[in-house]
Amino acid sequence: MRWKIWIVLMAALCLTLVFTQCAKKPATPYKVGAVFAISGRASWLGEPERNTVQMIADEINAAGGINGHPLELIIEDTVGDATKTVNAVNKLIEKDQVAAIIGPSRSGTTMAVVPIVQKAQVPLVSCAAAEAIVTPVAERTWVFKTPQKDSDAVIRIYEHMKGAGISKVALITGTTGFGDQGRKQLLKYAGEMGITIVADETYGPADTDMTPQLTKIKNTDAQALVNWSIVPGQSTVLKNMRQLGMTITAYQSHGFGNIGYVKLAGEAAEGTVFPAGRVLVAEMLPDGNAQKKILVAYKQTYEQKFNEPVSTFGGHAYDALWLVIDALKTVGPNRAKIRETIENKKGFVGTGGIFNFSPEDHNGLTKDAFEMLTVKDGKFAVAK
Amino acid sequence: MPFSMLLQLLLSGITIGSIYAMVALGFNIIYNATGIINFAQGEFVMLGGMIAVSLVNGLHLPIPAAFPITVLLVTLIGVAFERLCIHPLKHPKILTLVIITIAASILFKGGAMFVWGKETFSIPHFSGEHPIRFLGATILPQTLWILSIMAAVVLLLVLFFRGTMIGKAMRACAANPTAAHLVGIRVKHVVLLSFALSAAIGAVAGLIITPIALMDYERGAMLGLKGFGAAIMGGLGNFLGAVVAGLLIGILESLSAGLISSHYKDAIALVVLLAVLFIKPSGLLGRAEVSKLKEF
Amino acid sequence: MGRKNRMTLGILAIVLALLPVLVRNPYYLGVLVFVGIYSLITIGLSMLMGYAGQISLGHAGFFAIGAYTSGLLTTKGGFPPLFAFLVAILLTACVAFLIGVPSLKLRGHYLAMATLGFGEIVHIALNASVDLTGGPSGFGEIPRIALGGLLVESALSRYYLVYALVIIALLLSLNIVHSRVGRALRSIHGSELAASAMGVNTARYKVQVFVLSAIYASVAGSLYAHFITFISPGSFDLTFSVLLVTMVVIGGMSSVWGALMGTALLGLLPEVLRGFKDYDILIYGAILLLMMMFMPDGLFGLSQRLFVRRSARSQGRGLPMRQKTSEV
Repeated sequence: MRWKIWIVLMAALCLTLVFTQCAKKPATPYKVGAVFAISGRASWLGEPERNTVQMIADEINAAGGINGHPLELIIEDTVGDATKTVNAVNKLIEKDQVAAIIGPSRSGTTMAVVPIVQKAQVPLVSCAAAEAIVTPVAERTWVFKTPQKDSDAVIRIYEHMKGAGISKVALITGTTGFGDQGRKQLLKYAGEMGITIVADETYGPADTDMTPQLTKIKNTDAQALVNWSIVPGQSTVLKNMRQLGMTITAYQSHGFGNIGYVKLAGEAAEGTVFPAGRVLVAEMLPDGNAQKKILVAYKQTYEQKFNEPVSTFGGHAYDALWLVIDALKTVGPNRAKIRETIENKKGFVGTGGIFNFSPEDHNGLTKDAFEMLTVKDGKFAVAK
Repeated sequence: MPFSMLLQLLLSGITIGSIYAMVALGFNIIYNATGIINFAQGEFVMLGGMIAVSLVNGLHLPIPAAFPITVLLVTLIGVAFERLCIHPLKHPKILTLVIITIAASILFKGGAMFVWGKETFSIPHFSGEHPIRFLGATILPQTLWILSIMAAVVLLLVLFFRGTMIGKAMRACAANPTAAHLVGIRVKHVVLLSFALSAAIGAVAGLIITPIALMDYERGAMLGLKGFGAAIMGGLGNFLGAVVAGLLIGILESLSAGLISSHYKDAIALVVLLAVLFIKPSGLLGRAEVSKLKEF
Repeated sequence: MGRKNRMTLGILAIVLALLPVLVRNPYYLGVLVFVGIYSLITIGLSMLMGYAGQISLGHAGFFAIGAYTSGLLTTKGGFPPLFAFLVAILLTACVAFLIGVPSLKLRGHYLAMATLGFGEIVHIALNASVDLTGGPSGFGEIPRIALGGLLVESALSRYYLVYALVIIALLLSLNIVHSRVGRALRSIHGSELAASAMGVNTARYKVQVFVLSAIYASVAGSLYAHFITFISPGSFDLTFSVLLVTMVVIGGMSSVWGALMGTALLGLLPEVLRGFKDYDILIYGAILLLMMMFMPDGLFGLSQRLFVRRSARSQGRGLPMRQKTSEV
């Protein structure tokens, strides 16, 4: 009996050795790390991000790499969990010795690794939205982010409401980092934008029914509702509103930027208004738009390759990786120089907008990066 | 507060509560036969929903055709799980079995991720999405489907356990496996049957809730958790208890979200659950002697 | 605590002290630090499960109380980390006592549900009290621990701090296990009825070991907060409680050494499986399933079969073997 166990153990050891030997590398590649929430509850972010960066890396390498050096992308899954993200980022820095890191997908996991990259002095281009990721900039010298600011999304929503004569608003947000950041910004800017919050409800990320919260909102004098959450709550809220016969306008966050959520909600999604990057309406943009060329190209290649509709989240990874590639082209795999190059980058045309970085602004986008969109006949359209 | 609001909250609570109750029933069947909590119960619900999505959206089958196929497929998965992972063990400890069901739930979840991807899916409502107005509140036709199917399942279970020979044999095993074995009942068959039955009920639950609750590969865990709470609160092994407790938890959540605070709605339901346990350690309708038999 | 255990502990301490000579990469050390933090919790949990025969699916809650108390007191209150540690321990002990007294009257699955409910309530409270805890977004800027002017910041210093505490926790636990209290606990696990008939105050011992295991979790939580410097409720959910219980069971509930083995295995496994990309979850689940099916006594049981002679095993000399009954 005992010798059998030994044999199994030895076999397991040999297998492990074989697997570790498999990873032989070609000569002098440029190494870039990527940490995304590929599985877990935030996989709706991580999956398109992973697809996008993989697609770009394949393209770059097929075209002969960066200045002749192949781009070696090392992608790690964070499962949206802080501990796993810390381990992954440490691995990328200490074991793989990457030149720069893109990701993580979520604000919470990004905050968990900010101290690590600050200390190790590795440039990090986050794909998460929270403002705290890049402010105060003096303590975030190595950290950048590509998604537009939450506060800009909120301001665009409130501006749209004012244009429609709406002043009393009900909030319903998910109890995730994303929902919570949105809720805080919505509460913060309501006063100065002349908006009164008449209800402030939340729901859990796995909740399947929001009719109790909506029933409460229905019995207030709210003229509009803002939902700020992740899928599938975004679709459920719309369906529940329709069930309760609520006719007030539903606003959503920029998290709604995936046509899949519209399909899930069906007819209930009609008329929903939300801010988003322009990639969703790439073809509808006027020809003079500076972003149109890359947006259409990204959208078409992505949808062709992965057979799924493009989302704004993949776009954040697109911008992050191209920023790093752009820096690698100019200065090579030198961490400090990459950081410096990104920090001084101006007029960088990405999917999220036109980035103008500076030592004071590590996001580089303004509220104009958002377009207000709506759902019309099951498709995204620019809102009036 | 208007009456229509209270009614609406009650209706919402009953809808969500009946889902919890269905999951709790599945827990009870396996518990009665084996003494374990099957933490993969929520995954049966998820599998039911996902398979229905494939049949209805992918193969364009009508719901009445997809229904039996879904139930059959999930039942087969439940049977395979029992044969491969539970049956071969000789003298398993309760905790070992519980961890095995946890490991199985990870596998089911991972498998579902590969088969269906990470998206959220839905299937059409059984009979339209047009809400029915009722004393100022609204209710979806699908809710009526959920309620009547749950009632039918409970009724069938009662008939099965009280009226048929196999059902009686299963109850005998629950009460005393050794004695049941002595009088000629094949305990191992009963265990297999219990897995088949609870997988089938899980599939039914998954299928009927997908139109309103949507479904993705990660849904199982939360449904399993709530169902576990309902099964415990009602008294493990007690079917009526499961239904009562499931509805109670659903209504508690809905009322606290609507009337007190949606931030704490789950906490309020849990506090009530704990209070019930502290006052009556074997659940609302559970018997103390029975709960004493099954320990870790 | 027995010659054998003393020797094992000595060897373990030496190996742990020398390991950084071989393992220099901060990434590997960082992974080991998390394993150490988890070990602190599972050592306590294995006493509760293996010796007192009680289960807890709520230890993520105690871990969270430790982490948040330390984090909040040092960040928002400006208190030194050591003081925050002690307050966290005190607070956790009180909470554990209040929860433990009514909960530990429950049995089996009912106890599992009660502790699970407690853990979930803590998780919900952390999410909902946004003004205090930062809500789902969490909060950061938690200061590092300074020991005698030395800042515990590098992976190496964190490694030594956490494993020093692990050794202390082991020492304490082994002493308790082999004392009168330990015998009383084991008698509770064997048969609570018989134990109380013999005059063992079962309720008191059960609550005591519950509180002790909660304190271990709290210390681990405080360390976690100061090491990672950013915490959010996502790290303290039911999944984590289940993982802890699984670590103990996989390791083998019959001994605290088993808890260490289980923790090391399940702590390192996700890192080993990184190379498998999306398949990691399937492989992880399969390993867990197969181990439970074919090694019901866990890693500790396996190590006994490999290294301990049959005679010693059957007598169980120096080894607190759990009584085997098919019903339990």
